[in-house]
Amino acid sequence: MAPAELSAQSLSPAHNAVSRRQLISSSFAILGLLVIFIALMVLLALVTSLVLQGAPRLNWKFFTSFPSSDPLEAGILAAWVGSVLVMLTTMLFAIPLGVAAGIYLEEYAPKNWLAALIEINVTNLAGVPSIVYGLLALGLFSQQLNLGESVLTAGLTLALLILPIVIVTTREALRAIPNLLREAAYALGASRWQMIWDHILPYSFGSILTGIIIGMSRAIGETAPLITIGALTFIAFLPPLPIQPEFPFISFEWLTAPFTVMPIQMFNWVSRPEQEFQVNAAAAGVVLIVMTLTLNGFAIYLRYRFRKGVKW
Amino acid sequence: MSNSSPALPKSNRFTKHKGAREWQERVIEFVLFLAGFSCVLTTFAIMEILVVESWHFFQTVSIVEFVTSKDWSPLFEPPGYGILPLISGTLTTTAVALSVAIPMGLIAAVYLSEFASGKLRETVKPILELLAAIPTVVYGYFALLLVIPILQWLYSFVGPTLSNIFPAIFPVEMSGFNMLGAGVVMGLMITPMISSISEDAMRAVPNMLREGSYATGATKLQTALQVVFPAAISGIFAAVILGISRAVGETMIVAIAAGLQPNFTFNPLDSAATMTAYIVQVSLGDLPHGTIQYQSIFAVGLTLVLITLVFNILGYFLSKRFREIY
Repeated sequence: MAPAELSAQSLSPAHNAVSRRQLISSSFAILGLLVIFIALMVLLALVTSLVLQGAPRLNWKFFTSFPSSDPLEAGILAAWVGSVLVMLTTMLFAIPLGVAAGIYLEEYAPKNWLAALIEINVTNLAGVPSIVYGLLALGLFSQQLNLGESVLTAGLTLALLILPIVIVTTREALRAIPNLLREAAYALGASRWQMIWDHILPYSFGSILTGIIIGMSRAIGETAPLITIGALTFIAFLPPLPIQPEFPFISFEWLTAPFTVMPIQMFNWVSRPEQEFQVNAAAAGVVLIVMTLTLNGFAIYLRYRFRKGVKW
Repeated sequence: MSNSSPALPKSNRFTKHKGAREWQERVIEFVLFLAGFSCVLTTFAIMEILVVESWHFFQTVSIVEFVTSKDWSPLFEPPGYGILPLISGTLTTTAVALSVAIPMGLIAAVYLSEFASGKLRETVKPILELLAAIPTVVYGYFALLLVIPILQWLYSFVGPTLSNIFPAIFPVEMSGFNMLGAGVVMGLMITPMISSISEDAMRAVPNMLREGSYATGATKLQTALQVVFPAAISGIFAAVILGISRAVGETMIVAIAAGLQPNFTFNPLDSAATMTAYIVQVSLGDLPHGTIQYQSIFAVGLTLVLITLVFNILGYFLSKRFREIY
């Protein structure tokens, strides 16, 4: 035992240095935990303060009333109907366009300058500030194409905005499918499109859907580009119903109707000086957060499920 | 094969549709190509709209005035068209946001990638991503009605003393709209983005390097900071640059909480308008198409795009310069 004690003694400066470094290392771990804790607390504080402020206004009447100059009478009927219609239009354009572009870039694109150009543009568009899409919509859809301040303009704008998200996630989803499956399909005589449509797309469906949902949750909270095209904030009527009682039964008039959406309604209330309207803003915020968190939670669940279910 | 092929009938049921199928494949490929090309068209459309409307704007306003004057007041008489106040507002809020988001984001990323157990990481990461998914207008509400009042209360302890010593920098009372509050909230918003991308970059560093470092007796922190961090630096740069472009282009938080008065200042305690906030302010009014004020938002938009472009190019070269391949 004596030699061991001796060496421990002579090693003690080095030993001290080691334990000091270990101490620094573990205190960093505590710092890291603290930072994450703060971030989570912020999320919690945000949601709690909104719920506490908005609670008195969150009742059935709030969802079924139009905006009004009396804060107690004002509601979000026009806003949530508008949000739903704009989201439908966005989906209609963004999903086919984004998925098709993703398939092209991942499965078809040859290695030439044209494909590289498309690729650079997708990356670049993902970094363009959202308000610039609003300027594009104002200049192109609203003025040049004369679509005005309509649901269609808003849907097109948001579709362009989330297109990069849908393309990138589609590509990732397709890339995750092993080449084995492609070769097997070819070996059975499938053409390239048959291989994609019958085999690759069904397998990557879950991941593509996740990307689409993330894109939708981004679009539903987007305010700036819609303010730019001049979305009205005071709308005390609903767009015409898509299903009509008389002959053609289906009407697309709602596409050209003026609209407002949830985030714009909330912005409108936040920027009013009266305290009572802040309560409305908080209540609208709660509804908005529930919408986005539900979409995101669903996306996370899907991702988890599909990752777990599929083993190549 | 060549001598056996005449034996096959010229067109059997397997080859009959080959031509049609080939043709169908071509059409499908072309349609998919068009979808991909729509991205290129979008970029061109954005540039076309911004450049054309700005061109009209610069017919009236000289470019020299635009980039050098410190007076931005297009909605008043006489109008001033110097974009510097809007740029100073944008840069100040961005700087505040980054001084919150870079330390927090990177510490969280190092912790999650190198220290945390797999289970903790898998739990925390999606929750942090939720933080990034909250609509920015809600963050604006948060900045105006929660963070700025807290900052005002904190400032009330030091404000009077500081304003005695440096009256030029510190006001006696903090304004209800200021760039500090907006910037801090913006920083909290982009923290998850920076942490998530840098964490992915650090996790992509091969374990070999970590084991080598541990073998020489390094602690976890030394390994993380001196081995993994430098190895992942290109991805970390990319994350920070993305954060910068996000902060420069962020609109609703600053429009709600930073004030809408253009103000040439780099003091975060002041209220000032950013480029994005100006665009929102003009859009809220009802400006007729073709007026100089209408055109001015496109000139501001063009400046915004050019600034984000500069950062993106910078980021591209930085991450290329420091990329390490294993």
